[in-house]
Amino acid sequence: MSLAAALRKEGLVQWRTRARFLAVLAFGAVTLLLFSFAAGPDAATLRRHAPGFLWLALMLSSTLALAESFQAEFEQRALEGLLLLPASARSLFYGKALVNAAQLALLGTALVPLTVVLYDVSLPRPGALVGVIVLGAAGLSAPGTLYAAMSSQARARQMLLPLLLFPLVVPVLLSAVKGTALLLAGDPMGQLPSWLLLLAAFDAIYWSLCGLLFDRVVEE
Amino acid sequence: MTESAALPPPRGPLPWVAGGLGLALLAAGSWIGLFEAPAEQHMGDVQRIMYVHVPTAWNAMLAFTFAFACALLVLWRGDWRWDCRLEAAIEVGVVLSALLCIQGAIWARPTWGVWWDWDPRLTTTAVMLFAFIGILALRRFVDDPSRRAAWSAVATVIAYADVPLVYFSVRWWNSLHQMQSTPETVSSPFHLPLRMNAFGVLLLTCAFISLRARVAQLRLREELSPPPPAWAAPARAPATGGAR
Repeated sequence: MSLAAALRKEGLVQWRTRARFLAVLAFGAVTLLLFSFAAGPDAATLRRHAPGFLWLALMLSSTLALAESFQAEFEQRALEGLLLLPASARSLFYGKALVNAAQLALLGTALVPLTVVLYDVSLPRPGALVGVIVLGAAGLSAPGTLYAAMSSQARARQMLLPLLLFPLVVPVLLSAVKGTALLLAGDPMGQLPSWLLLLAAFDAIYWSLCGLLFDRVVEE
Repeated sequence: MTESAALPPPRGPLPWVAGGLGLALLAAGSWIGLFEAPAEQHMGDVQRIMYVHVPTAWNAMLAFTFAFACALLVLWRGDWRWDCRLEAAIEVGVVLSALLCIQGAIWARPTWGVWWDWDPRLTTTAVMLFAFIGILALRRFVDDPSRRAAWSAVATVIAYADVPLVYFSVRWWNSLHQMQSTPETVSSPFHLPLRMNAFGVLLLTCAFISLRARVAQLRLREELSPPPPAWAAPARAPATGGAR
């Protein structure tokens, strides 16, 4: 099965379960609201921490979205059937990881207006912010998809995915928060490119490594 | 994965000898470090924690590097023994890096005035500690031995590849830690206890990994051995009626 077919299948599954996306979005929005309660009503404090809150909300929501992404594959042993077709494990992985990345990027973009309203930040370069969100979503999605394939077949699956994923994506969180902060508050020292480079390096390493290792995760 | 026949019961006194020797070296090195070596000029007696802190740091990194090598060999060769060593190396690495964080906090409080600092090496150690704790949890929650071996090897490769990325991202983010201490960066009276403790902890690390791998191997042998024949239940007439 080629990557195009895998992508088409994933897109179709995502479209048919779109209510799930809305539920995850609502979860992200509630998280943003809770962060503002935790930090207090001071507008300057909220504005300063807005990038961190946005990315934490996206990261927490991502575990919900990713954990659900293999549900259809394991419920009726559909994955085994797909691999017997024979579909290559690699194209299955890239199909799912790409669709997950798109879903997370959409989620992050949808949380931006709420961040603007709740934390009173200005958006001087909205296009560049979407770029940072896409890079960050890709960084969460590649290892997240691989770990979701493991954790959804293990016991204690709710616990396992964040336990494995969160320490790993520390570089993504750091560089995405820094990149977003520099975009929102201005970048007089020109630091943005180096943070984006770090994020892109993480993406390049993990998109290739996870694609290489995925067949060892699903093989019987 | 190969069959359990390729998994002989572990034996041999070597880990015990290495462990005893390591303990003796560590005790002697610590004695010299605490009572014989001069106090450091600026930090005073607080600096003496270096004699255990630096060897712990080196060996924690070595244990995780060994775990990475084991993971590659599990994926490449599919030998159960490397899976046992992988489990042992991760567990010893987790213990050493937890000790490293605690020693670092004890040293940082009188020196920097804070228990924790967001320094690259400290933060990277903490992140690695949690990443490898996650892998130990993964092993605990997967029942099928071949899946457990393959998945923990994959997760180890992925977590180990993260070390330089975490280090650089935290370094750009913030920095305060002093340069690494090696025998070249500290003055000569401190060399002997540092070297003795480094080799002492190294021998202890090897001994612990080897003994822990034996435990893993014995457990795995039991898991892979064929189940005992099913207990033949006396034939009974099929129940009629059942629950009302």
